Amino acid sequence: MQKSDVTHQYLRHTMEFPNVWCPGCGIGIVLGAFIRAVDRLHISKDDLALVSGIGCTARIPAYVDFNTLHTTHGRPIAFATGVKLANPKLKVVVISGDGDILAIGGNHFIHACRRNIDITVVVVNNYIYGMTGGQYSPTTPMGKRASTAPYLTVEPPFDTCNLAISSGATFVARSTVYHATQLSSLIEKALVKKGFSVVEAMSNCHTQYGRLNREGTAVRMIQAFKNVAVPVSTAAKLSPEKLEGKIVIGVLHDIERPEYIEHYQKIIDRLQLPKMADKEEKE
Amino acid sequence: MTDVSVPKLIQGNQACSYGAIAAGCRFFAGYPITPSTEIAETMALELPKYGGKFIQMEDEIASISAIIGASIAGSKAMTATSGPGFSLMQENLGYAYMAEVPCVVINVMRGGPSTGLPTKVSQADVMQANWGAHGDYYPIVLSPSSVSECFDITVRAFNLSERYRCPVIILSDEVIGHMREMVSLPDFSSVEMIERQRPNVPPEWYKHFLITHDFTSPMASFGEGYRFHLTGLTHDEFGLPTSDNIEIAKKLGKLKLKIERHLSDISQVNTYKIEDAHIVILAYGSVARAARQAVLLSRKKRFKAGLFQPITLWPFPDRQLRQISRKADLIVVAELNQGQIINEVRRVCKSHSKVVGLNRYDGELITPEQILEKIKEEHR
Repeated sequence: MQKSDVTHQYLRHTMEFPNVWCPGCGIGIVLGAFIRAVDRLHISKDDLALVSGIGCTARIPAYVDFNTLHTTHGRPIAFATGVKLANPKLKVVVISGDGDILAIGGNHFIHACRRNIDITVVVVNNYIYGMTGGQYSPTTPMGKRASTAPYLTVEPPFDTCNLAISSGATFVARSTVYHATQLSSLIEKALVKKGFSVVEAMSNCHTQYGRLNREGTAVRMIQAFKNVAVPVSTAAKLSPEKLEGKIVIGVLHDIERPEYIEHYQKIIDRLQLPKMADKEEKE
Repeated sequence: MTDVSVPKLIQGNQACSYGAIAAGCRFFAGYPITPSTEIAETMALELPKYGGKFIQMEDEIASISAIIGASIAGSKAMTATSGPGFSLMQENLGYAYMAEVPCVVINVMRGGPSTGLPTKVSQADVMQANWGAHGDYYPIVLSPSSVSECFDITVRAFNLSERYRCPVIILSDEVIGHMREMVSLPDFSSVEMIERQRPNVPPEWYKHFLITHDFTSPMASFGEGYRFHLTGLTHDEFGLPTSDNIEIAKKLGKLKLKIERHLSDISQVNTYKIEDAHIVILAYGSVARAARQAVLLSRKKRFKAGLFQPITLWPFPDRQLRQISRKADLIVVAELNQGQIINEVRRVCKSHSKVVGLNRYDGELITPEQILEKIKEEHR
C-alpha cells in the first residue's frame, strides 16, 4: 500500500475511474514506471509537461496531475517542440504508442532525433493499433495476424531504437513491462539526459494482438517478455542469428552532442549584445 | 533591429513579419513554400534579435503543431504558408479552435487546386479558410490589400487571437505578399498590444475553459502552477474529456458565442466613396486596389460607384453590407476565383440588389478597366 501511494500522489483525482485501458494492459505499468522515475528525481508537477498523440497510450496524460497535452494523431513531438522552445525550463516528455510515434508521426520522430532537442519520448510498443481494434502497425513483426492483415503481415517492422540511434537521438534505451523496475530507471536516466532521449517500452495488448495471434492472456504475454529479453551486455556476445526474436533491453546508446535549444540560445545571446552595447554608449 | 524612423521600401510579406514582432510574437515555426517564404526568412533574421525563436520544421503539420505548443507554453506564435501547406494545417487548426489556443496563421494565397500556380495570384482559399477543418467552428479571417495593411492587420490578428483565444487566419495573396511599397512603420513600442486574459484565482479553482459572461476564458500557461489538461476531445470547463450531452452542447455553444457576441469588435470593413453609391464594388485583398481605381474611373463616366472592402472576411460582415446594399442597385463582386464570397453577398442582399460576379482565375489580376466594363454591361 505504501508503495502505490507514490503513484496516487500524481493521479488527477478529478478524472473518472476506472480508466480506459483493458484489465491487464501494460500501459498502466509504463505509467507507474514513469511516475516513480519522476518522483525519484523530485521533479515538481508544475515543471513537467506531458504530451501525447492519439491512441490507448496517448490517454495517459489526462490521468496525471502535470501540465498535460493530448494532441492530434502523430503530432505530439511537434507540439512538444513548441512547448519546449517557448519555455525551456519545462521538462517535456512525450508518451505515445508505436502507431502514433512511428507511423503517422514518424517524420516528426526522426527530425526531433536529428535536432537533438531536450525532450524525452517514451514509445509504448505493443505491436498493434489497440484503440481502433487491432490493425497492424509499423512495429508489427512479419507473419503476424492483425485485423487489417487477415492473411498475415507482409511488411517488415521498424526497430524503434535503431531508428532513433541512426536519426541522431543521444540517449536510447529499451525495456519491457515485465521489467518494470528497470523500465523506471531507464526513464529516469532519459529524463536526466540533456538532449533527445527515447525509451521504448515493450508492452502487451492481449485484447487485440494477443487474441489475434493466440499469445494468451495478459499474464502469459507479460511473462513471455521475460523469456525473450536479453540484456545489452549479453546481447553483445551473441550472434545476429541467436538474437533473432529476442528483445535487447537496457541502455543501447548514450552519447553527447550539442543540444538544440542551448545552441540556439547562444545565437540569441550574441544578437542581444550589440543592443546592450548601444544602450551603454547612449548612457 | 529595424530602424523605424525612415520610410522603407518593403514587401507585404516582410510587413507581416514586422507586424507580428511588433504585436509581441516571439515564436515562429514554418516550412518553405512559395509565395510565403519571405515571412519565414524575415522571422529567422529578426526574431532572435528580440529574444524570440524561429524554427524550420519538417513540414506544415509540424509547423502548426509547434506554434500551438509554444502558445500553450505562453508565447505569442505564428506560422505562414500557402495553399498546399494551408491544406495540411487544417486538422491542427481545428485542434486550436477546440482547445482555444491563440495563434496566427498566414496563408499567402496562390493558384490551386493542388500545386496549382506557385508564383501566381489567386483568392481561391476564401471558403477553405472558413470551412477547412472538420466540425463546427467560427474562424476569424482577415485580408490585407497593401503593404502597410499587412503590418496593421498582422498586429490586429494577434490582438484578436489573444482576446478571443482562437487562431486568426490572415489571407494575403501572392501580389500583396510580393509587392513592395514605401511604408513608415510605427515605433514597435507604440503599437497597441492586447495580451491574453490571465487567471485571477488560485490554481485549485482554475478552470481552463471557464464560461464567463462574455464567453471568453482567462488562460494560464504551462509551467505557471496552473496544471491543466488540454485535448482535442470534447471537454468540460476543466479541459477533461466528456461525452455528457449537456457539457458537449455547452462547449460547442461557447465556441460559437465567443465570436458571435463580439462581432462589432471583430468585423472591420473599409469603404471608399460609398456614401452616395448606387453601384457597389465589393473586393478584398489585391483586387481591392483595382476596385478603388475602378471607382474613380466609373465616377468619371457618371456611374455613382463606391468600394466595399471587407477586411474581416470571416465572420462575414453581414450587418455592414446589408446597410450599404439598401441603397445599391448593383453590387459587383470582383474576386480571383470562380465565385466564392459572392455567395455570402447573395445571402445577405437577398433580392434588394442585383449581385453579379467578376471573376478571374487565370493567375492574373483583375484590372480597373475590367471592373468598369462589367459595370457598363450590367447597369441599365
